[in-house]
Formats: sequence, C-alpha cells, structure tokens
Amino acid sequence: MKRNSRIQYFGFGFLYLAIFIAVLTLGAIIYFITVNGIKVINWEFLTQVPRRAMTKGGIAPALVGTFYLTIGAIIFALPMGLACAIYLTEYSPKSVVINVIRMSINNLAGVPSVVFGLFGLTVFVKFFGFGVSILSGSLTLGIMILPGIISAAQEALIAVPQSLREASLALGATQWQTIRKIVLPSAMPGILTGVILSVGRAAGETAPIMFTAVTFYTRGFPNSIMDEVMALPYHIYALMTEGTFPERQTMIAYGCALILLFLVLIVSGLAIYLRQKQRKYELV
Amino acid sequence: MKWNSEKVVKPVFGGLAFASLVFLLGIILILFQQGLPIFRIVNLFEFIGGKAWYPTAEPAEFGILPLILGTLWITLGAMLFCIPVGIGSALFLHEIAGFRLRSILKPIIEILAGIPSIVYGFFGMVIIAPFLQNLLDIPIGQCALTASLILGVMAVPTVCSLAEDALNFVPKSFREASYALGANRWQTLTRVIIPAAGSGISTAIILGMSRVVGETMTVLMVAGGAAVIPKSYLDPVRPMTATIAAEMGEAVVGSPHYHALFAIGLVLFLITMAFNIIAEIISRNYRLKLGLGR
Repeated sequence: MKRNSRIQYFGFGFLYLAIFIAVLTLGAIIYFITVNGIKVINWEFLTQVPRRAMTKGGIAPALVGTFYLTIGAIIFALPMGLACAIYLTEYSPKSVVINVIRMSINNLAGVPSVVFGLFGLTVFVKFFGFGVSILSGSLTLGIMILPGIISAAQEALIAVPQSLREASLALGATQWQTIRKIVLPSAMPGILTGVILSVGRAAGETAPIMFTAVTFYTRGFPNSIMDEVMALPYHIYALMTEGTFPERQTMIAYGCALILLFLVLIVSGLAIYLRQKQRKYELV
Repeated sequence: MKWNSEKVVKPVFGGLAFASLVFLLGIILILFQQGLPIFRIVNLFEFIGGKAWYPTAEPAEFGILPLILGTLWITLGAMLFCIPVGIGSALFLHEIAGFRLRSILKPIIEILAGIPSIVYGFFGMVIIAPFLQNLLDIPIGQCALTASLILGVMAVPTVCSLAEDALNFVPKSFREASYALGANRWQTLTRVIIPAAGSGISTAIILGMSRVVGETMTVLMVAGGAAVIPKSYLDPVRPMTATIAAEMGEAVVGSPHYHALFAIGLVLFLITMAFNIIAEIISRNYRLKLGLGR
C-alpha cells in the first residue's frame, strides 16, 4: 500500500512537471519577445515606411499588407465556406457521398501550408496570370483556411437542435426562411469562433504567401490588388535572413514579432471568449 | 411576380459548395500534374532512395532521402518532447486541475496553438539556437536538436487538447468501478482511464506528428538547412518543407528542379493524408468500442 501511494506521488509529480513546462514555454516566448520588442515600438515604427536598408523608419507597409491579405482571404473563403457548410448540412441528403466529402475536407485541413503555396503559385500566379500580387496571396490564403471554415460552420450547424428547424417549418416557413432566420442565428457564435480563428491563422502564415504575394521591400503602400506587398510574418523572416545589418534588423524583427504576437493573442483571446460564453449559454 | 428565393438559393449554394470542393481537390490534381514530370528524369526509387540532393548541379541529382531523413529525425525528436509534455498536461487538466484552474490553463494552451510558426521560428533562432550553441559547445546552433525542441513545443497544444477530449469521452462509470475495487487514483488513471482513452490518445499523437511534418517556417529558420544525411542530432538538417520553401523562389518554372519540388510536395501531401486517414480509422473504431458510435 505504501509503495502504491509513493508511485502515485511521483506520477502526479510528473503531471505537474508536464503542465509546468507547457506554461513555461508560452511564458518564455511572450517574455523574450515582449522585453526586446517593446524597445523598438513607437509611433514612427507603426506608421512610417522602412528607410536606410531596413535599419530606420517603420514597418507600416507590412502591417497594411498583412491587413489586405487577411481581409482578402476572408472575403473569398467566408461566403464559399459558409455556402458549402449550409449546403452539406441543410440541403444535401445524408449519404456516403457526403461522408466522403466531409473526410476529404478534414484531410485538406491537415495539408501542410507550403503545399497550399505550391497550389497558389501554379494556379493563381501562373495559370490565371495574377502574378505575385495581393490577389494571388489572398486567394491562396483563402483556399488554405477554407477547410477550417467549412468544418467549423458544419459543426455549428449540426449542433442546432432539429426541433428548432421542425418548429419553424411547421409554422409554414420555407426552408430558406428557416435557415436564414432560425438556424443561422443560433449557429452564429460557433461560426464566428471558427472565422476568427481562421483570421488569426491567415494573418500569421508565411509559407503560402512566400511565392504568391510578398516581397522584402516596397517603397510605399500598395496601389492595387495586383501589387506585390510586404507582410508582417514574411518581414520577420526576411529581416533574419537577408540584408546587411543583422543586429539592427534583429531588433526590428523583435518589434514585428511582438506586434504579430499581440494581434494573434487578441484574435485567439476573442475566439476563446466567444466560445466560453457560448458554452455557458448552452449550460443554462 | 414575387421573387422566389427558395428556388434560387439551393442551386446557388450547391454551386458554391461544388466550387469549393473543386478548388480543394484541385490541390491534389496540381501536385500530380506538376510533380509527376520529374519521373521522366529519375525513377521513383532513385527519387525516394537517392542519397544526393544537388538540384542545380551539372548533372543534377534528385535524391530526396536526406530530406526525408531530416523530416523523420526532427519529427521523432519533437515527439520525444511533445508526447510526455502534451499527454502529461492533458492528464493534469483531466485528473488534477479543478474547474477553476482548468478554465485558466485551457485557454493558455489554446493560445499556444494560435501563435504563428514564424514567431516560434524567430524565437528559436534568436534565443534557443544561441543558447544550445553555448551550452553544448557546437559550431552552429541551428541543428536537428533545436528544430526538434521548437517543433515539440509547437505540437504540445494539438496533442494536449485532443488527448484531453479523448479522456473526457471515457465514461464516469469506468473510474467509479476502479475505485470500488480499491485502486488508487494513479492506478485508475494508468490502468483504466488511459487504456480506455488509448485510441483517442494515439489519434492525438498522430495528428500532432502530422503538424510537425508539415511545419515549414520554423524548420526553415532553425534546422540549419544542410541537405545531407544527418549523423547526429547536432548536425544541421533540411526537412522536405524547408526545401520547398527555400528553393521554390530560385527554381526555373518548368525545369526538373521545379517539378522535383512539386514531387516533394506530393510526398508531403501523401504522408499527411496517411496520418489523417489512420487517425480517422482509429477514432471511429474507438467510438464504437465505447458504445458512442452512431
């Protein structure tokens, strides 16, 4: 008996150690990036274009570029993903085909992001002739987040109780009225959470836009969606691997990493908050 | 006449659904279409088993074994870190943490999952690589070990949340029955709950591995980038994803090098697809076993 409780003691000790390491790593990443990044962040850093071979000025074009790319991705992926999810859960009959489609969507969610980059390069940059541009990058990111949006929306729609649909149909509402006024509003928090998480993912991804949208340096801000842009995540990579003033560039990269981290923390915090609220609502 | 939205909506949605499937399936098509031409130059065995990757030399050599081994070494190393930490954290959340502590720790772990890979890569490059370089007294800090560590950290949230879901699926009665037989909490955990959640936990590990295999920016920045067969964990390596990301910019469109990079993308795609299918099969069987199947 004595021996068993000693084993339990060490076993639980190991579990404490595991969670400690998990939290410690997050703490270490946030600490190092904040402490170093905060030194370079000021109003000029956020609003000016880079000057003197990336050693002076700010990163405003990269912020703007990331903003355009992310918005573009959502404009493309949200209507498509939502329509796909509504069609699959509300209109199509349950069948083997639907199961196969669901499985392939799941599979595509696991495809490495660099492979989406290859797809974007072949289809948008070369085949459609959009070149290296905001348009190509947005579409590539959109395709990348599409599976995530579809499955989040599908899950949210499936979670809406069947009785709500039946009640609405029994009152004489058509199917589209039922979907628009009953099903979608109840599924909205779940869908929103999925969309917000996708925004975070699209804003932070680098590999898919490397060959489809970004460049290391632009003089000013993009004028049209056919322009190349700077983007925050790629800017970090470029600062660390190109250029001639590594030390000064590393500090700027710290600043960029802090801003990116901050944006993503806000986005995922919002998603987590929405989900928690929704869970409480479901419990009541 | 009244606008009949009912008749319009269904085909429009069906069309959009079809279009998104076409796009997604187009990825597979493109990988085959652009990747297969490389096999006019090398055969499959030379490609997969070839020990030399010199895509721009004369004559060029397209053996991706060093790249596959790079991915394999880093994946194994990352798993050595992330399985104990990820599963341990899941067990902690499930068994030890109370409601309040869990509602703080779970969001923290979810946030860890949302940090972009470029930030992990940057962190690894400026903090971990120099640290390991000093600690182990090695020539370059960017090596398989550094990449394994960072990727291990990255995969923890995936493994932890999925494993915790699996643990929550285990019916309460299992635990009660074990306590009633006089087992203590640790015995119940290791001999009843973990085996019952076993396939869910293995699914979590497989999906974590899938994430590590597909990770690009981190390995591009911290793995060192040498396309040679690694001899130790302190050697720099170049995994498949990093090769595509690093060389796509300079490969001439339509050249053998270009097609070879797409073929690597195809190999990556097939690996992650295999992982996903295995995970799907395991989790389906597992639901049936616990009587949760539909």
